[in-house]
Amino acid sequence: MSLSAYIPIVGLFALAAAFGLFSVAIAPFVGPRRFNRAKLDAYECGIEPTPQPIGGGRFPVKFYLTAMLFIIFDIEIIFLYPWAVSFDMLGLFGFVEMVLFIVAVFVAYTYVWRRGGLDWD
Amino acid sequence: MNPTLADFGKDVWWIVLIKIVAVFVFLVVMTLFTIWYERRVVARMQVRPGPNRHGPFGLLQSLADGLKLAFKEDIMPLKADRVVFFLAPVISTVCAFTAFAIMPFGPFVSIFGQRTPLQLTDIPVAVLLVLATSGLGIYGIVLSGWASGSTYPLLGGLRSSAQMISYEVAMGLSIVAVFMSAGTMSTSEIVTKQADSNWYAILLLPSFVIYAISAVGETNRAPFDLPEAESELVGGFHTEYSSLKFALFFLAEYINMVTVSGLAVTLFLGGWRMPFLPDWLNQGWWGALWFTIKVLILLFMFVWLRGTLPRLRYDQFMKFGWKVLIPANLVWILVLAGVKTVNAHAPQQRWYWIGGAFALVLLAAIFWPSKKDSPKPTLEQEVAARPAGSFPVPPLDLQVPVSPRAQRITAEREVV
Repeated sequence: MSLSAYIPIVGLFALAAAFGLFSVAIAPFVGPRRFNRAKLDAYECGIEPTPQPIGGGRFPVKFYLTAMLFIIFDIEIIFLYPWAVSFDMLGLFGFVEMVLFIVAVFVAYTYVWRRGGLDWD
Repeated sequence: MNPTLADFGKDVWWIVLIKIVAVFVFLVVMTLFTIWYERRVVARMQVRPGPNRHGPFGLLQSLADGLKLAFKEDIMPLKADRVVFFLAPVISTVCAFTAFAIMPFGPFVSIFGQRTPLQLTDIPVAVLLVLATSGLGIYGIVLSGWASGSTYPLLGGLRSSAQMISYEVAMGLSIVAVFMSAGTMSTSEIVTKQADSNWYAILLLPSFVIYAISAVGETNRAPFDLPEAESELVGGFHTEYSSLKFALFFLAEYINMVTVSGLAVTLFLGGWRMPFLPDWLNQGWWGALWFTIKVLILLFMFVWLRGTLPRLRYDQFMKFGWKVLIPANLVWILVLAGVKTVNAHAPQQRWYWIGGAFALVLLAAIFWPSKKDSPKPTLEQEVAARPAGSFPVPPLDLQVPVSPRAQRITAEREVV
């Protein structure tokens, strides 16, 4: 099994990238251009746009928390995949190890739940 | 003969080129078709005709819409970050296309005398590629929201990314059971394994259910289309986008729908094989037909959901993902691993183990501490319970003074 099986993926990636870049590049030239100051404002339901500080301003800390939890659980999944693929080969040892691992994750999960990390409000 | 991992990466260069273009065209055509299909089906569910003017049955409607979008004005808000605003739709589209590289359409076919599997390519970590590209696709959404320099897109992009990463965890966990049963991550071999045993949707029903739910959440589709909740966020992350850039986001969304459906077909619904058919109908080019039919049925499910269910509230939605899908998934993986281990090592005592586990669950259910809701304290009690020196609680009948801005505006009106 050589790396040659990966080449078609790169090919599809390149074709999609060429298509996407071409589309966004020609869009300004194909469409009409009728200048109007109001068009260039940020959209906001017909009222004056709220002033936005540079860099996006502030937003709820919950989003950061969700991202952190995502990293924890994603790493857990990444650990589960090789175990799952070789499950039949690992036998009883693999089963016991994975029970211990999932129990450990459950402890952390329960802690996060009790501390309100999974509540949105 | 079924394709295995060793059969890939051996094609002649022009076969590879043909396959790449074929996958690309398949996805674009599927997108155009799905948009029309969705509008027609939703229209039928709402007892109205739907698009029926352009071409037979209105089939060319989405093509006409796409062309029209190309000739619309391309607007970039003044506050937008120019480079990122430009690149975000490209990132979304590229990730959506790349994920489809490993979908198996069928067994060996012959193209201009070359014998080759009807699949662009297959790698030992094929399913991981889909998860990775869908994870990278979130960048396109969150960057577009950020780069617009506007409030609604920012909120929509953040919501969208939080939603997608939450449901990606559930999706990733639901696939673990498939890997355990198949013993491989290569899509073509998973399809072969299902031909030997049974569809994994039947053998691993809980996984399939969780996968289906999280796939809807992952693709931002109704009833989980919170990033595009019009009443709250206007258009969500693509509010500021117009013309072909908007079309690219639209394309990416529909390709993602096709991709999760295709992955569901491959992992759970037997891939390109159709059951109860004579052997000659499960060979060669027929596979592509069965695959497409199955994908279309799943796409119909997406539309059906959209036509039936109202949108969820965001906190309910996140709660469902984190507090129901993920623990249910982990418990199901443990149960499956336990059953498989007992089957492999102690098949005679199987029933003792199952009975023991059942008794354990029953005991836990009986002795689980019941949650007693303490009566909600009244306002006076709550105020009395606060530490001394707290911020005073405003009375319920508080008269709020008119803001200086409102006063000024009223004064200006009176002058005029």
